Amino acid sequence: MRLSPSFNRSLWVFHVNSGSCNGCDIEIVAALCPRYDPERFGIKLVGSPRHADVLLVTGPVTHQMRDRVKRVYDQMAAPKVVMCVGTCGQSGGVFYDSYNLDGPLDQVIPVDVYVPGCAPRPEAIIYGVVQAIAKLERLEKEVRS
Amino acid sequence: MSQKKAPYELPIGPIHPALKEPINFTFKMNGEVVEEVDFAPGRAHRGIEWMGMRRNPVQILHLCDRICGICGVAHALVFAQAVEQIAGVEVPDRAYYVRTIIAEFERIQSHLLWAGVAAHELGFDTLFYLAWQIREESVDVIEYITGNRVNYAIMMIGGTRRDITPDMFPRIEQALQYYEGLFEKMVNLFLNDKTIAMRCRNTGILTKRRALELATVGPTARASGLAMDVRTDSPYAAYGDLDFDIILPEVYSNETVGDVYDRIVVRIFEVKQSIDIIRQCLRQMPDGPVLAEEKYPKLLMNLKKASGEAFARVEAPRGEDMHFVRMNGKQEAPEMWKVKASTYSNQMAWIEILQGEQIADIPVIIASIDPCMSCTDRVAVVNQKGEADVLTKEYLHRLSVEKTRRMQG
Repeated sequence: MRLSPSFNRSLWVFHVNSGSCNGCDIEIVAALCPRYDPERFGIKLVGSPRHADVLLVTGPVTHQMRDRVKRVYDQMAAPKVVMCVGTCGQSGGVFYDSYNLDGPLDQVIPVDVYVPGCAPRPEAIIYGVVQAIAKLERLEKEVRS
Repeated sequence: MSQKKAPYELPIGPIHPALKEPINFTFKMNGEVVEEVDFAPGRAHRGIEWMGMRRNPVQILHLCDRICGICGVAHALVFAQAVEQIAGVEVPDRAYYVRTIIAEFERIQSHLLWAGVAAHELGFDTLFYLAWQIREESVDVIEYITGNRVNYAIMMIGGTRRDITPDMFPRIEQALQYYEGLFEKMVNLFLNDKTIAMRCRNTGILTKRRALELATVGPTARASGLAMDVRTDSPYAAYGDLDFDIILPEVYSNETVGDVYDRIVVRIFEVKQSIDIIRQCLRQMPDGPVLAEEKYPKLLMNLKKASGEAFARVEAPRGEDMHFVRMNGKQEAPEMWKVKASTYSNQMAWIEILQGEQIADIPVIIASIDPCMSCTDRVAVVNQKGEADVLTKEYLHRLSVEKTRRMQG
């Protein structure tokens, strides 16, 4: 996957915490802060899923959050990309045998980019966003053609 | 548009940009003024205690780290203390100091994180970015010491996994000097700023009396003038050997109001206190090993044989954190494990401090007690049909009172 030479638009991200331990959430915010500064590429967090291109989901999807995650996903306009940040959303991670999990995330909504790690470093999250951009551009091309 | 009758209901959450974690608030509003508050936590419940009762204590330490990604070391430390008490493990003195240093760096990063979030909730994003940029230094040092940025995994039953060797001191000292150099600036930016003073002074007031009645802990209680801090009240780790005082809002202003501003004062000055504590630790650290039993199979065997119950508490960045552990000497996993995180005690204060405030002040007041739902969501109530029950505030309060009675025995 290669990035197109110029970003044809900025990427807006909506973040959903589906019952995570906050570890990934603080790393996501740390990734958005001045040291890494992805805002120079137009990547920023937005307050509504209706404005977002990327859905960032952290956490293992607890039973109470299952419908909320689905509803947020449905509210987003296509083309959209879902990123699963953290190991617990991918396999349950350290919470694998819990009785209250409806995850992994890909059993609830379709996932495009996985960022493993407990918690992943900000660099890994930004790399995941870059993968998401590439996928979004491919999706857009498909929609256009 | 049809006229809305007052009072009307305003639901916020569980997914809302002003809330960093899933929790559901329902406000009964009269115009702009909050009349009643109700909240329903439980969205982040992962059944950690249940899982813990099926794992051995060393595995539980990793689970403890992930109770909360911000104050994980506090949970791991308090669990280790409880298990050490049951099994009679002698922790080497040096390990106590390593634990203290890590716990204090965690406090620095947690308080700066909170300061940033509070500034963000006020709409002061410049300060938010500044606080988070400063915070990176403490995260770097934590990574230097433990190898991880979050979920440090340095605690071990009977000590710590890694030592802080003298060749690491210069890097730690460099971080301490960095924070000392910035402290005046932080005080100036957070406490002398007109905007922050306007928004935070006399907002979300929790009086000393109510703070005591609601059994608040940590910076929330101290901001209301209650001199309580587990580090001085019942010293653990190396705190008994160190010289420090409880931080009250009086360190900065002459009066204690118990508002959001006072909570900022307490947290900002606790960063400075943590710097002093770490420096004292570096100076006084004794030589020796950092782990009582290095062979894991032997440690696990000893823990399996241990029986008894213990109750430990530490001062997490958000306040007192308590764990209760009971082991029966027959199985590896504890028979009973109960976690009481600091937000569990503090969250009832929301109902008090949000009443009579405006909608616009809701985010900063909610943030002001530094809530951590992933720490708190320990209980899911499911009735016999398998449906989740709604937790009313009376019910939670009754549970809380009953629990206190139970703990008092």
